[in-house]
Amino acid sequence: MKLWRRLVCLARRRSPWLFHMNAGSCNGCDIELVAALSPRYDAEQLGVRLEGSPRHADIICITGPVTKNSVNAIHTVYGQVCGPKAVVAIGSCPATTNVFIDSRTIDGPLEKHIPVDVFVPGCPPRPDAIIQGVAKAAAILAERGLNPPKATVAIAATVAEEQP
Amino acid sequence: MNLITALARLLIFPGLLFAVPAAWFFLWVERKTVALMQGRVGPPFMQPFFDFVKLTAKSTPPRSGIAGALMRSWPLIALASAAGAVGLLPVLPSSGGFEGDLILLLALLEMPSMCIIAAGFSSRSIFGEIGSAREAALSVSYNIVFLLAIVSIAASQHTFRLEALAALPASPLRLLGIVAIIVCLPAKLHINPFSLPNAEQEIYAGPMTEYAGPELAMWELSHGLEWVAATGLVATLLAPHFGAWWLAALVFVALSFAIVLLLSAVAAATARLAIDTSVRFYWQCTLIFAVLAISSALFMRYRL
Repeated sequence: MKLWRRLVCLARRRSPWLFHMNAGSCNGCDIELVAALSPRYDAEQLGVRLEGSPRHADIICITGPVTKNSVNAIHTVYGQVCGPKAVVAIGSCPATTNVFIDSRTIDGPLEKHIPVDVFVPGCPPRPDAIIQGVAKAAAILAERGLNPPKATVAIAATVAEEQP
Repeated sequence: MNLITALARLLIFPGLLFAVPAAWFFLWVERKTVALMQGRVGPPFMQPFFDFVKLTAKSTPPRSGIAGALMRSWPLIALASAAGAVGLLPVLPSSGGFEGDLILLLALLEMPSMCIIAAGFSSRSIFGEIGSAREAALSVSYNIVFLLAIVSIAASQHTFRLEALAALPASPLRLLGIVAIIVCLPAKLHINPFSLPNAEQEIYAGPMTEYAGPELAMWELSHGLEWVAATGLVATLLAPHFGAWWLAALVFVALSFAIVLLLSAVAAATARLAIDTSVRFYWQCTLIFAVLAISSALFMRYRL
């Protein structure tokens, strides 16, 4: 049983599948995230795969300053990703709302809505920084699998599981 | 075929003990070939295994009622039939078999695609339904060619017994049939240029959109086993007959690997075709070869 747990821990670190979500981003960070998967940076060496469906993903990559329109979508997608899961906030926008601070169309930063595990600052961050962030999130995911923290479970319980 | 040989074939070689690592290896070869052709390094060797372990340890969304039970059972049925298809392959000389096992093999090879269609519709996701409709349209097109090619090979040799077919020497007619089967394999395995049913990013993941965790792991594994079964069928038809079992096994693995490389290279070099183009490709271009193969097979039968 212990051996199986260690194997799962290793597998989680070696196979992070991403779901990319745009929460009102200017597209700068989105392009850098795609560049991280391109031949020059090749994140697939770490087992990273960009998935189309949130059901398949382990790590949600969120870009953008969280516009009011996107809040419901963030909650839905966060509920749809099956546990254990981690959140990576890509760029300065989800961390601080950046230059859009105090805008009436923004309801950020991201941490107000869902727990964030890794922040990758930058406007936009370099692809190597994004890959490092994803690798850190995968390591966090592996730890979380061994002993799930209570805080995350409590927050996950308040989030709507699915919208009809 | 007695019970012990049947169990040995299903569980050891070419069954589960061989087929599951081979499935992961072929999935890795597929991804690695794409990566190398794009100028990348690609995933590490153990990647499909890590993906499988990770997925089995993930949680699944709650499913209730008949629809939930059905959704949980489709990947298991697909996995079981793909494993059964691999177990039926006549790899080793004088390994047994029965009259008509070719028909059972064809039915088992078709089951995973039926399960994918059913899974997409029972998930009630719009993307799943689109993917299933595409899979159904594609299945109707390539299966005509696929079945005609296999029937032409069987008809020329007067038998539906796999071992008898595998033991006979290769003829030009048989090669024509094998080429027709290879042309159908990309559609059967849902890889480019016929990756319409699970078109990534276009309709999310098609019929798999709602699947997560262990269920998705079963789908991945059954896809890998489909690779082993489909390439193994071609390999057994292509391979010359050997007396020594280790030589037969070695040639089988080498030929399967070569076909996987060929299909992966084609997949990496082509883009996804639209559904009407794919259907037209099979009905208009490939059907001619299949009809040619079966008519010459019947002609040869009367001449003999």
